[in-house]
Amino acid sequence: MEAARVQHKDSGFAAVLDLWPKERVKRLIAAAGPEDVVRALSREQLTVQDLAALLSPQAVPHLEEMARLAHRLTRRHFGRIIGLYVPLYLSNVCTSDCTYCFYAVHSGSRGARRTLTLEEIRAECQALARYGFQNVLLLTGDAPKTTPLDYLAQAVAIAREYFASVSIEVYALEEEDYRRLVDLGLEGVTLYMETYDRETYAQVHLKGKKRDFDYRLGAMERAGRAGARRLSIGALLGLFDWRVDGFWTALHARYLQKECWQSAVAVSFPRLRQAPPRHPIRFPVGDRDLVQLMLALRLFLPEAGFNLSTRERAAFRDRLIPLGVTMMSAGSSTRPGGYALGEETLAQFEIEDRRTPEEVAEAIRRAGYDPVWKDFDRAFCEASDGGAGKVISKQ
Amino acid sequence: MSEQMQIPPTHPEDLLADDPLVIAGRAFRSRFMVGTGKFPSAEALRVALEASGAEIVTVALRRVDLTKPQTDSIMSVLDPKRHLILPNTSGARTAQEAVRLARMARAMGLEPWVKLELTPEPRYLLPDPVETLKAAEMLIQEGFVVLPYIQADPILAKRLEELGTATVMPLGAPIGSNRGVRTRDMIRIIIEQAKVPVVVDAGLGAPSHAAEAMEMGADAVLVNTALADAADPGGMARAFALAVEAGRLAYLAGLGPVRETAEASSPLTGFLE
Repeated sequence: MEAARVQHKDSGFAAVLDLWPKERVKRLIAAAGPEDVVRALSREQLTVQDLAALLSPQAVPHLEEMARLAHRLTRRHFGRIIGLYVPLYLSNVCTSDCTYCFYAVHSGSRGARRTLTLEEIRAECQALARYGFQNVLLLTGDAPKTTPLDYLAQAVAIAREYFASVSIEVYALEEEDYRRLVDLGLEGVTLYMETYDRETYAQVHLKGKKRDFDYRLGAMERAGRAGARRLSIGALLGLFDWRVDGFWTALHARYLQKECWQSAVAVSFPRLRQAPPRHPIRFPVGDRDLVQLMLALRLFLPEAGFNLSTRERAAFRDRLIPLGVTMMSAGSSTRPGGYALGEETLAQFEIEDRRTPEEVAEAIRRAGYDPVWKDFDRAFCEASDGGAGKVISKQ
Repeated sequence: MSEQMQIPPTHPEDLLADDPLVIAGRAFRSRFMVGTGKFPSAEALRVALEASGAEIVTVALRRVDLTKPQTDSIMSVLDPKRHLILPNTSGARTAQEAVRLARMARAMGLEPWVKLELTPEPRYLLPDPVETLKAAEMLIQEGFVVLPYIQADPILAKRLEELGTATVMPLGAPIGSNRGVRTRDMIRIIIEQAKVPVVVDAGLGAPSHAAEAMEMGADAVLVNTALADAADPGGMARAFALAVEAGRLAYLAGLGPVRETAEASSPLTGFLE
């Protein structure tokens, strides 16, 4: 264990991953029998063997029962509420070359590349705040020279004037960089590993700092140590066998829950639906697969938040609400300047659920849940009052 | 035996009528406090509050928008004339954060009462005793009425009471777990030793759990998840309200001791009669 830690200086979780090479995970999943699924469904705290059984094809006949359990567990821990958030793309400039992404430098995408100025960020924030959003996710491509830490810090500071909660989804940062943003009032960090399979990872990430698997793998540990309160992880579904990547994602979540015990760990389920022509989707994930994955992870991780983006179709999203989802985005644009500026810049991916925020909120209510816009407060953070206890604004 | 004991029978309603819950000099008729999180809609919350008869209602400061109370799905349901709105600091990880939240609530016009919740880990939301003690001291100095959520730790309860907290609120089980009074033995000691009201908070999943806590002599209980998660939150709120009254009445009326075995009246000393 110690030796492994030394080898992977950038990530403690890498040592865990070493214990679970894909052959071993695949064997475990393949070995699961119907009785293993039944046992897993009867246990209060699942083992990794149970997790493998629930991810296996043997669990498919039990999806309804898994759904009932997942529904109960989620309701008990989170209540009948769904949090709402909105993504704000700051830049679509990218120096990485990820074969599956339309932002990639060699993706062949012809749309306009754009990095918002601070004034433009403010305009976008104002537009989103008018919809009622209190929870914003700031995103960039992987281009540290174009969107350096200073830029991110300024963006976080501006966003905090308009939203109770600010999170980022940007390139992997150093611990001290995360700490600087947290001190400015950053609540959450989202960073997807894309795939936990080293071989596939090397095949689809051709250029840039993102090629460094261990550095990316360790990013969430660094963010947690820096004090980020919410850590959202995920595998990009479609890059590799979803059962195996799902198993690793669950282990990663469990690891972060122990390592960063003061952070709430959340899981996203981004499904690769379209890719540039050079990247045929080798491991397509069907609706049934996605549901099985969500349910298996819910039973293994009863207290993890589950995020669901507008990558998925409206009708399908509505069906997923009672199956363990805790956060949904709404009214999203994946283009920088897509809200206030109304520009047709290059989009990262096509939005499937094009409903307005209020329409999504209404769908949540129809499903018997309360849409929650605000679940954090500026007063949590030192930056809001310099420690003096002054209320920054009554509006 | 009953013929000799000529205690005039008390009307049960009199027992309850003359039995207010007093916190920081303020009297409340209801001993049932309700939390407002996790409800499926504002309407479900409104019905549950109505049925509960609760006078003390907690709101999470992280969750409510005090700048827009009329549109906030929780604040819009509360009636400051009927409810003491008790803001809680859930999600705070440090004493500083909790103090900032409490100050913010007071600055926004809420009464200077605060339910101190220092829950640094998000999975079980267990209270941090060290930060709770620190925050309580700071807030009491600033004139807040402090009701701390704590582990069922009798010494911590005494330490907080000595600092000047208005109550202690030990947990029965982790928040949302519906497991009941799992900390029974420690809560019994807390109740025995406390000079301030003891409110059993968290983990009460069924009316019988609430009745159990009240029968033990708890001064009040606080319930949230069991109502919000019920198929009929209003019905469940009413059931809890009845259980709280039943438990209190049983406590006041004097419960018989629980014995392991049946006992003859006086097998050893009967010959003396």
